[in-house]
Amino acid sequence: MFYREAGDFKTSYRDDGQTFPIRLDRWGYYAILAVAFLVVPLVIDSYWANAVLVPFLIYAIAAIGLNILTGYAGQVSLGTGGFMAVGAYAVYKLMTAFPGVPIVILIVVAGAVTAVVGVLFGLPSLRIKGFYLAVATLAAQFFLVWLFNKVPWFYNYSASGQINAPERTMFGWAITGPATTASAKYLTCLVFAVVLAWVARNLTRGSVGRKWMAIRDMDIAAEIIGVNPLTAKLSAFAVSSFFVGIAGALLFSVYLGAAEASEAFGINKSFLILFMVIIGGLGSIFGSFAGAAFLVLLPVFLKNVLVAQLGWPTDLAAHIELMIVGALIVFFLIVEPHGLARLWRLTKEKLRLWPFPH
Amino acid sequence: MEFLYASEVLVNGLMAGVMYSLVALGFVLIYKASGVFNYAQGVMALFAAMTLVGIMEGRVPFAHLINAAFGTHVSSFGWTVPALLGIALTALVMVGLAIAIEKLVLKHLVGQEPIILFMATIGLAWFLEGLGDVMWGADVKTLDVGLPQGISETAETLTNDWLGYGFFIDRLDIWAAVIAALLVAALVGFSQYTKQGRAMRAVADDHQAALSVGISLQFIWIMVWSIAGFVALVAGIMWGTKSGVQFSLSLIALKALPVLMLGGFTSIPGAIVGGLIIGMGEKLFEYFVGPLVGGATENWFAYVLALLFLVFRPQGLFGERIIERV
Amino acid sequence: MTHDPTPDARHIGPVLMDLKNITLRFGGVTAIKDISFDIREGEIRAIIGPNGAGKSSMLNVISGFYVPQEGEIWFEGKRRPAMKPYEVARLGLARTFQNIALFDGMSVLDNIMTGRLNKMNAPLWSQALWWGRAEREEVENRAQVEKIIDFLEIQNIRKTPVGRLPYGLKKRVELARALAAEPRILLLDEPMAGMNVEEKEDMCRFILDVNDEFGTTIALIEHDMGVVMDLSDRVVVMDYGKKIGDGTPDEVRNNPEVISAYLGVEHA
Repeated sequence: MFYREAGDFKTSYRDDGQTFPIRLDRWGYYAILAVAFLVVPLVIDSYWANAVLVPFLIYAIAAIGLNILTGYAGQVSLGTGGFMAVGAYAVYKLMTAFPGVPIVILIVVAGAVTAVVGVLFGLPSLRIKGFYLAVATLAAQFFLVWLFNKVPWFYNYSASGQINAPERTMFGWAITGPATTASAKYLTCLVFAVVLAWVARNLTRGSVGRKWMAIRDMDIAAEIIGVNPLTAKLSAFAVSSFFVGIAGALLFSVYLGAAEASEAFGINKSFLILFMVIIGGLGSIFGSFAGAAFLVLLPVFLKNVLVAQLGWPTDLAAHIELMIVGALIVFFLIVEPHGLARLWRLTKEKLRLWPFPH
Repeated sequence: MEFLYASEVLVNGLMAGVMYSLVALGFVLIYKASGVFNYAQGVMALFAAMTLVGIMEGRVPFAHLINAAFGTHVSSFGWTVPALLGIALTALVMVGLAIAIEKLVLKHLVGQEPIILFMATIGLAWFLEGLGDVMWGADVKTLDVGLPQGISETAETLTNDWLGYGFFIDRLDIWAAVIAALLVAALVGFSQYTKQGRAMRAVADDHQAALSVGISLQFIWIMVWSIAGFVALVAGIMWGTKSGVQFSLSLIALKALPVLMLGGFTSIPGAIVGGLIIGMGEKLFEYFVGPLVGGATENWFAYVLALLFLVFRPQGLFGERIIERV
Repeated sequence: MTHDPTPDARHIGPVLMDLKNITLRFGGVTAIKDISFDIREGEIRAIIGPNGAGKSSMLNVISGFYVPQEGEIWFEGKRRPAMKPYEVARLGLARTFQNIALFDGMSVLDNIMTGRLNKMNAPLWSQALWWGRAEREEVENRAQVEKIIDFLEIQNIRKTPVGRLPYGLKKRVELARALAAEPRILLLDEPMAGMNVEEKEDMCRFILDVNDEFGTTIALIEHDMGVVMDLSDRVVVMDYGKKIGDGTPDEVRNNPEVISAYLGVEHA
């Protein structure tokens, strides 16, 4: 009754194309942003930041990145972990080489470096498609991780082979390093997540987004109506890798503080992000957030119930988590290939008619 | 002498390649018959090996879970099962698994895009991995079904007599090669000369047409997944005997992917030749180039090779040429 | 439905595209054998022939999807070198497909907007920030697309996902997408295939209206002879990859070779 578009007339094409065409959605969105920026930082503690919110925001960025490539441009990638490693090691090298440059700029540059690497590994997509390409992206995954493990230059010849984030500050607040507060970590990731989600939304509703979707839905027809597959696919790889690289840089510098390539950025990370995209919804920015939230919360939830409440061993909980995640992936692909985002949309469509469904 | 060292590396690579071929074969079978690119093939091998160990050692399935839930301390039935019976029982479990997969997963995904099916099998892989761990525990298990192991003295003496240099070849590798060859021969015979085999090829060619002449898709799929389960069991036995039954076993599945890219997804000879090329290639590359770049190139060599190869020949060595139409 | 093909009602200009001695082979099979014809500005040009005559291959040659082994294609007085299909599209060729090739995951509006992708060149940063050129372009092109939506009477399905539409409407959306590109030549691959009589009539009307109102040059393939004869100014007839007739509908209708090809009479 209250949630509807009737009477909410648009008088220009500009208004019609906006992100939240329904007024109530717009308000809800502003309210969430206000709470996220103004309330949460005041109440957040380090458990919530480290176990839930910070990983959620970082994985959401990575999931948006992969969603651009897979959900919008239709190119499946299993190399996300490797590209996150590029972002992490790039920001590490930049942090140690240019201690004076603000960390936020370095993180963005690390994203740009990852974009270049992404384009390089995206080149085969011009010749191969579908799961051939998916398997080819495994080459990126394994090669990159191997590279960061074996070439000491990348980890500044440290004895442990690890990379450790030195302390860097913004406006007097520590953003990286051990002294960083929970709210500083959270706010840094939140700013990146909000800005990048907005950028992703803009890109996907405009002409480049249509090129990606055209390639995804029918690549031959897209080429015949004038889409250059080279630029369309490579731009998807570039933008996607940019996002993923920033996520990797944040994961290492802000969240973990220390990382080792095969542990933090292994093949399972690639699958984790892919699952977030599938569960959240292919081709949906909102879905990327939903999927990330789901897969970040699930282990926390299982741990609380199975380990803390029932007293089961942790490894058993981890195995059950594997089964649940696997089963959910299959379930979502069968029941709702468009994921949580689609379920949300259906709910809203019902709400629009409520309480007079006929 | 340098040449002989390299040849030894080559022969050992060939043996590893046989193993890759074995896993790749499972992929090809399923792909040909159902158009599903089964990422879970490697985890199926792991699961089969775990089940085999569990049955042979008389472990109680889900012991871990039962103990946690009810506070009991069950772990073993207290008996052991001979290898052959164990293999037969495991094969039955794999058939059951095939039926479950068909009923619970595949049936609901008919007509979906290949990439969706592929992602579903990734989910399946995670599920099976978790299930295996919950059923049998995640410890590294040793598997011994009585296959001969250790360095083959015959091979060493023979090569020593011939070449003046004794090759070190694991007897298990030789056995694996022989068994793989037999398995391939049996499968080719099956698909060429039996009614079910013909039906299977018909389904591979065109689902709709096969349905219209009265072939039961459901039956074929269960059959193919069962065969793939059996192939996975054989692969699991080989790899499990060689390096223990543990998670890394499922990673051979990943190694089988570049094998398939080289060989083409639809070709049984392709799977075999691709496996041999990758097996030899990665061992030789590690031998010659590995020391220069810090080693462990086996982690990525196969993928990069397949990637470069695909860019120049997208359909693989033996795959059918793709003609695009509008 | 009747159409006056005399040039004085509409403007038919000079030769826009000239195909000279086109031969196309697939391996050992010759799909098109030494065919020449031209397309004049502003006309409706049909290519007809029985199944397997090579019509679709011909259209694919024109739209750049296949590159012929022999022959030359002249467009606007210049020889067209071998190009990628998307480059040909940018020269001003737009087409529809026999088996509808819409983008199923997108709405009708977005599908039609893809027709204008070549007119939207805002840099990536502008699109990322939705500021400046990107936003301006979006609104301008949307206005153009809305004109076509009005013209083809599909306002009510604007935001429907294409996958949900019935066949006839899909064909119309595909026409809209091609029109959105404001093509120099509009290529229609069996625009009436699989339609019922009513839908066929609608489609005929739209094709004629497009030609009349926008002056768009149209080349179409059809195997339904009746429709083609009413619609087109000139007709090329193909059989077994060869051209067996070329002229006005009346000339073609009375061509003995054409009659035998269609009625299956033994060649004398």
